[in-house]
Amino acid sequence: MLIKGGNANLTVTQVLRDVYALKKPYGVLYKKKNITRPFEDQTSLEFFSKKSDCSLFMFGSHNKKRPNNLVIGRMYDYHVLDMIELGIEKFVSLKDIKNSKCPEGTKPMLIFAGDDFDVTEDYRRLKSLLIDFFRGPTVSNIRLAGLEYVLHFTALNGKIYFRSYKLLLKKSGCRTPRIELEEMGPSLDLVLRRTHLASDDLYKLSMKTPKALKPKKKKNISHDTFGTTYGRIHMQKQDLSKLQTRKMKGLKKRPAERITEDQEKKSKKMKKH
Amino acid sequence: MEGHSVEELLAKAERDEAEKLQRITVHKELELEFDLGNLLATDRNPPTAVRSAGPTPEADLRALARDNTQLLINQLWQLPTERVEEALVARLPEPTTRLPREKPVPRPRPLTRWQQFARLKGIRPKKKTNLVWDEVSGQWRRRWGYQRARDDTKEWLIEVPGGADPMEDQFAKRIQAKKERVAKNELNRLRNLARAHKTQLPSAAGMHPTGHQSKEELGRAMQVAKVSTASVGRFQERLPKEKAPRGSGKKRKFQPLFGDFAAEKKSQLELLRVMNSKKPQLDVTRATNKQMREEDQEEAAKRRKMSQKGKRKRGRQGPGGKRKGGPPSQGGKRKGGLGGKMNSGPPGLGGKRKGRQHQGGKRRK
Repeated sequence: MLIKGGNANLTVTQVLRDVYALKKPYGVLYKKKNITRPFEDQTSLEFFSKKSDCSLFMFGSHNKKRPNNLVIGRMYDYHVLDMIELGIEKFVSLKDIKNSKCPEGTKPMLIFAGDDFDVTEDYRRLKSLLIDFFRGPTVSNIRLAGLEYVLHFTALNGKIYFRSYKLLLKKSGCRTPRIELEEMGPSLDLVLRRTHLASDDLYKLSMKTPKALKPKKKKNISHDTFGTTYGRIHMQKQDLSKLQTRKMKGLKKRPAERITEDQEKKSKKMKKH
Repeated sequence: MEGHSVEELLAKAERDEAEKLQRITVHKELELEFDLGNLLATDRNPPTAVRSAGPTPEADLRALARDNTQLLINQLWQLPTERVEEALVARLPEPTTRLPREKPVPRPRPLTRWQQFARLKGIRPKKKTNLVWDEVSGQWRRRWGYQRARDDTKEWLIEVPGGADPMEDQFAKRIQAKKERVAKNELNRLRNLARAHKTQLPSAAGMHPTGHQSKEELGRAMQVAKVSTASVGRFQERLPKEKAPRGSGKKRKFQPLFGDFAAEKKSQLELLRVMNSKKPQLDVTRATNKQMREEDQEEAAKRRKMSQKGKRKRGRQGPGGKRKGGPPSQGGKRKGGLGGKMNSGPPGLGGKRKGRQHQGGKRRK
C-alpha cells in the first residue's frame, strides 16, 4: 500500500504513483493525505494494513529536515516488522522517459550490485525488503519470452541507484539471446536515512517456516562430505539361474544333456512327495 | 595437405564458436549468486567502473546492468523448458532467499476425539504391513481399499445365521451395514473438522446424536420441537417453573403495500419533521438520569435480597402452590394478566421499579 504523508510534495507523489504503476494489480494507492509520522506512531499504519490486508507499505513525505522522504516497510501479523527511510536525491519518472513500457503485472528480474549489500545489517535488511517489495507473485513456470524488465540496484558510496530497464533480446549465434537494455522506468538515487529494524527474536519468529513447507527428507539417500550422493536400492530375491549373462557358446547345453537333467529333476520331485 | 586443411577447418570452427559465445559471455571476477525462483541475481564485485565515472554514472550503470542481466538470462535459459500452448515455458526452481512471513504460522489443529482417547489410554499406532495374504484369491492384496483382502460385501455365498429370518436378504444387509459405517465415519470426520475450525454444525432437528450439547442449544431444540405440532404449539403444556421464550415472535413487521393512506402520509411527514428538526430526539439528561436511577434500584434490590432472603422464600412458595392447583393454561393467563396490569400502570413508576419486588407486594396482599 502506498500512502502519502501530510506534506507530500510533487516528487514524492510522482514516485508513489510510478511504483504503483510498476506493481499494478497488487498495489493500493491511497489518494488522500494522512498526517502521521511512521517512526513515532505506527498504529495508523497497522490499521491501514489490517483494513486493506497488505503487509508491504511505502510512505512518502517532505519537510525541511528530511526532504523527499520515502519510508519503505513491511509488516508481520499486522504489526510493523521493518521500516527503512530513504531520501530521494534524483528522480526521473516513467513519463519523462519517452519509451514503450512493458505490460503491467509482469514479474521483474532483480539484480543487486555492489558489495555494500552484505556489509552492514541495515543494507542486508534493505536488500531483503526490496526483494520482498518488488518481486512479483511466486510462480513455478515462466514464459521465457515474457521476461520483459529488470530492476537493477547498485550500492555505491553510500548511495543506492535504482534503475529499471526494458529487455531486448537480440540474436546471438547460439540458443541464449544477447541482451540489450533500454531505460524504461523510474530511476531513483536513494540515500539511507533512519531505520527501524525488528528485534532479532521477532525477526526469527517471522522467518519460521511451518513443518509442512520444510523440504521432506528423502529416504534411502545419503550424502558424502565430498558431495557424492549415495542411494540405497532394495531388491527382491533374484532367481540366479534365470540371470542374463554373457553367453559362452562352448558352455551351452546340448539337447541330450538337457533331457537327462529334466529326468533327474522329475525323479527328485517324486521322491519328495 | 589434407591434414593441414582439416586442422584449419577445425581451428576455424573453434573460432566461430568462440565468437558466437563471445556475444553472450561476460567476464566477472566474482561469480554472481543466483536465486532463479525469485529471478534474482546478486553481484558482489565492487563497482569500480561506476565509481570512476563521476557525476553522471548513467552509461556505466547501464553497462553494468547489461552484463549482469546477460548472466542472469544465461542461467535462466539453462533451465528445463516445456511447451505449453505454443509458448516456451521454463520451469523455475524453488526460491532460495528466505524472506519473513506475512502472517504467523497457523496454529496446530486440536486433536480429534480418537487422538484424545488414544493419548489418554496410551495407545500407540501399530505398524501394519501394506499387503495381506488373501487365501480366497491366492494372492497378496491390500489391507483396505480397492480389491482388498477380506471384503465381506463381495462374498458369493453367505450362510443364513441361526436366528435370522430365512427370507431376509443377507447380501443387502451387509451392503447396508457398510453404507452405515461409511456414513458414520464421514460424520465423525466432519465433526472433527468443525471442532478444529470451531464452527457451528448443522444439527438434525437441533439434537446431537451423541448428546454433547450446550444449554442454549438444548433450549432452542426444545422450542422448535414444541412448535412443531399440528396446532403450532398452542396446546403444549409448560412445566411449572418454565418461562415463556423471549424473542420468538416475528422479527420484523411490514406494513401492507397499500392500505391506510392517511397513516402512511402521517408517518412519512413525521419522519421528515424529525429529520429536519434541529433538536436531537434523545434527551441526554433524561436518559442519563434514568440510567442512574436504574443502577441505584439494582443496588438497593441486591442489598435487600441479602438481608431478607428468608422472607422472600416464604413469600414465593404460597402463590406457587396456588398456581400449581389450577389448570396450566389458566395459570399462564393469570401470570400474563398480572404482567399486563403491571405494565399498564404509570410508566414513570412501574417501569423503573424492579418487577419482582412489585409482584411480591401484590401477592402478600
